[in-house]
Amino acid sequence: MEFFRNPKINFIGNRKYMYFVSGALVLLSIIVLIVKGGPNYGVDFRGGLLLQIKTEPPLKIEAVRSTLASKGYKTEVQTFGEPGMFILKFSSEQISPDEIVNALKSAHPNTTISLLRTEMVGPSIGRKLTMQAITLVLVGMLLMLIYIWFRFDFKFGVSSVLALFHDTIISLGIFTILGREFSVPTVAAILTLIGYSINDSIVVADRIREKLRAFGKVIPRNKIEEIFNSGVNETLSRTIVTSLTTLFPLFTILIFARGTTIFDFALILTIGVIVGTYSSIGIVASIVTDWYKTSLKKEKA
Amino acid sequence: MRSILYRGLLVLFVLGIALWTLWPTFRYYTLSPSERQSLSTHYISKLKKQALNLGLDLQGGMYMVLEVDKSKLTEEEAKGAEDRALEIIRNRIDQWGVAEPVIQKTEEGRIILQLPGVLERERAQELIGKTALLEFKLVADQKVLGQTIKNIDDVLQKTWKGDTTKTYLTDIIVTYQGGVAVREVDAAKFIEIINLPEVQAVIPPDFQFLFGRTTETQDGEKIRPIYLVKKEPELTGATLKSARHTIYQGQDPAYAGKPIVEIHFDKKGATKFAFVTGANIGKQLAIVLDGVVQSAPVIEERIPTGDAIIRGNFTIDEAKELAIILRAGALPAPIKIVEERTVGATLGKDSIEKGLKAFLIGFIIVVVFMLIYYKLAGLIADLALLLNTIFILAVMVALKATLTLPGMAGLILTVGMAVDANVLIFERIREELRAGKSVKAAVEAGFAKATITILDANLTTLIAALVLLRFGTGPIKGFGTVLSIGILSNFFTAIFASKIVFDYLVNVKKVEKLSI
Repeated sequence: MEFFRNPKINFIGNRKYMYFVSGALVLLSIIVLIVKGGPNYGVDFRGGLLLQIKTEPPLKIEAVRSTLASKGYKTEVQTFGEPGMFILKFSSEQISPDEIVNALKSAHPNTTISLLRTEMVGPSIGRKLTMQAITLVLVGMLLMLIYIWFRFDFKFGVSSVLALFHDTIISLGIFTILGREFSVPTVAAILTLIGYSINDSIVVADRIREKLRAFGKVIPRNKIEEIFNSGVNETLSRTIVTSLTTLFPLFTILIFARGTTIFDFALILTIGVIVGTYSSIGIVASIVTDWYKTSLKKEKA
Repeated sequence: MRSILYRGLLVLFVLGIALWTLWPTFRYYTLSPSERQSLSTHYISKLKKQALNLGLDLQGGMYMVLEVDKSKLTEEEAKGAEDRALEIIRNRIDQWGVAEPVIQKTEEGRIILQLPGVLERERAQELIGKTALLEFKLVADQKVLGQTIKNIDDVLQKTWKGDTTKTYLTDIIVTYQGGVAVREVDAAKFIEIINLPEVQAVIPPDFQFLFGRTTETQDGEKIRPIYLVKKEPELTGATLKSARHTIYQGQDPAYAGKPIVEIHFDKKGATKFAFVTGANIGKQLAIVLDGVVQSAPVIEERIPTGDAIIRGNFTIDEAKELAIILRAGALPAPIKIVEERTVGATLGKDSIEKGLKAFLIGFIIVVVFMLIYYKLAGLIADLALLLNTIFILAVMVALKATLTLPGMAGLILTVGMAVDANVLIFERIREELRAGKSVKAAVEAGFAKATITILDANLTTLIAALVLLRFGTGPIKGFGTVLSIGILSNFFTAIFASKIVFDYLVNVKKVEKLSI
């Protein structure tokens, strides 16, 4: 079975459309992130208290919300995974979880309420984790840039890292629009995404490098687009197959591991793999094409 | 021909080691409830030690980050405050009897506490929040202790009317280094007996029983020494000015060159200490931290100056630890919980079930897809994938790494990414075949050209994984571990191992047409 046999899709020739789409998506994501004041930071970064409770028979979310409000708690309540399962978030980390559970129990005596998970993060740790997350992602990107610069060339390095920003920002934007929470595992997911997406870009870059070598020192300027386009096309099959084999297991997490902390993790990776696949097909080679064309023009002049 | 055999044997050998490493894990996690009952606890705990560790998010438990509030200490006093806090926490957790607690200091001077299987938040908080209390208490002499134990058993005989099925004190008490002790497993029983009202009545009124630090005997059995001490302390840590470990330089040749602890009391303490030591020569003075006897040196002479040394058969580390404990009691600093995560055992179990299900189904889908898309070559990739999964788990066991929920996600993700290497190779072989090359030439060229690409592509993912390992904490570290091991073992399975099968097909079977 083959999805593509010798594909000859004119990706590079149509790059201005892809620039447009990517530009629009990045812009939209940035606007979303600005309007919402950044990603939806979770307890990990803001500090505070998070409880995961299970109610049996399942309570309605409004019931949980109004009970806690009537007792004077400022709570964010969300459903989580299955009916009757809730995430409760408090901005103060001083509240005792048992106090909350008891408040719910006394208001709903016929419901079994069990505390499954608690997370308490003090403000000093929240700041530390935030700094750590930012460093983590930036250090990761910087190392990638250095690696590709070293193994390929500066143009590929910069273009691949630009694509990484593109993938990260769009994934974060969609993730935020979906109302999901930004936590420590999300940062790990983003870093993994960076690794994955650069991996895709390298496979394409590798093929283009191989083709460029065939020309030796003199690369005819009018052939650049053709060379780059055939590089993308020849690796297209692999790019799609690998994305699929990565997406299948991610989908199984999304379907079978709902109500666990790795759901969000899989969600951002799913978005990221799709965006990353698109960017390594449509964006990286396109930027490098333009860069090569401009620098060759300069050399001639 | 021969090289195929040797390489094949190498892969089988490595597989054999991996399976052997994984056997205890498989055995431990598939023990039936009846087997758990019937098998010896020694065998089960040995299995558990050799099995894959599960993170707190999977087995349930508490994770805490503690910070020492040094605001009330001077700069000099603040030095080593974390070490002192660590000892205090260790001492308290030890007495709680938590199985396999992890207590460690971070680079930033915080303390990380992991208590598997513990969900009693209030109790843990109370335990941590308490201010450390150091006391010096006189120990009852051997005769009084022996008489008290006898009296207790006499009164028990009377209450239980000689019922031999009951446990008496003498049934559980063992002698240990000149004193008495109980085995760790009997500690709860001991407390139960001591707290019976009839028993309380025969313990000398101003005395109480206290446990010492849990220690291991030479046979590896955990025991707890028992002391009968005066309820009223002679002195408290408030009068202690300093404590440090050093090497004995006094006159007694028996102690020459041995580690000792030097202590120094303030003026008020010195007066009191002179009186206490003078009146009780030959008796033991117990050093008690938070109700646990840390050491019980014998008073050898009256010490008038407030400068005393504690000598015994200490190792350097033991002397150092005792000095830290003494300072901890002298300079108590409040300990705050700055981060706390608890996961209930049921949620952990649920996470394991969901994670396993996602993993198995994801695995099957990828396997079937590869079979349909690449036929026989797909089967080879599938075998490589299976091998890869086995290797990842085996390496984790060998490295004593911990599997966390994000780690499971890493494992699931690795399934999808691991076949990428084979996909790259297969696509290359297909291209070469289309270009009209022979099967043999296409396979050689496919592997050769794709290997460089695979190396380049995987190294960048490895960089990301290593960054996670370096900076991540807890569960995230678990994810980084799985991802890194996965990438490395993937080189072996997808390139080296699957090449053997292709070589066999091409060179031995001499296939004319490749099913790819």
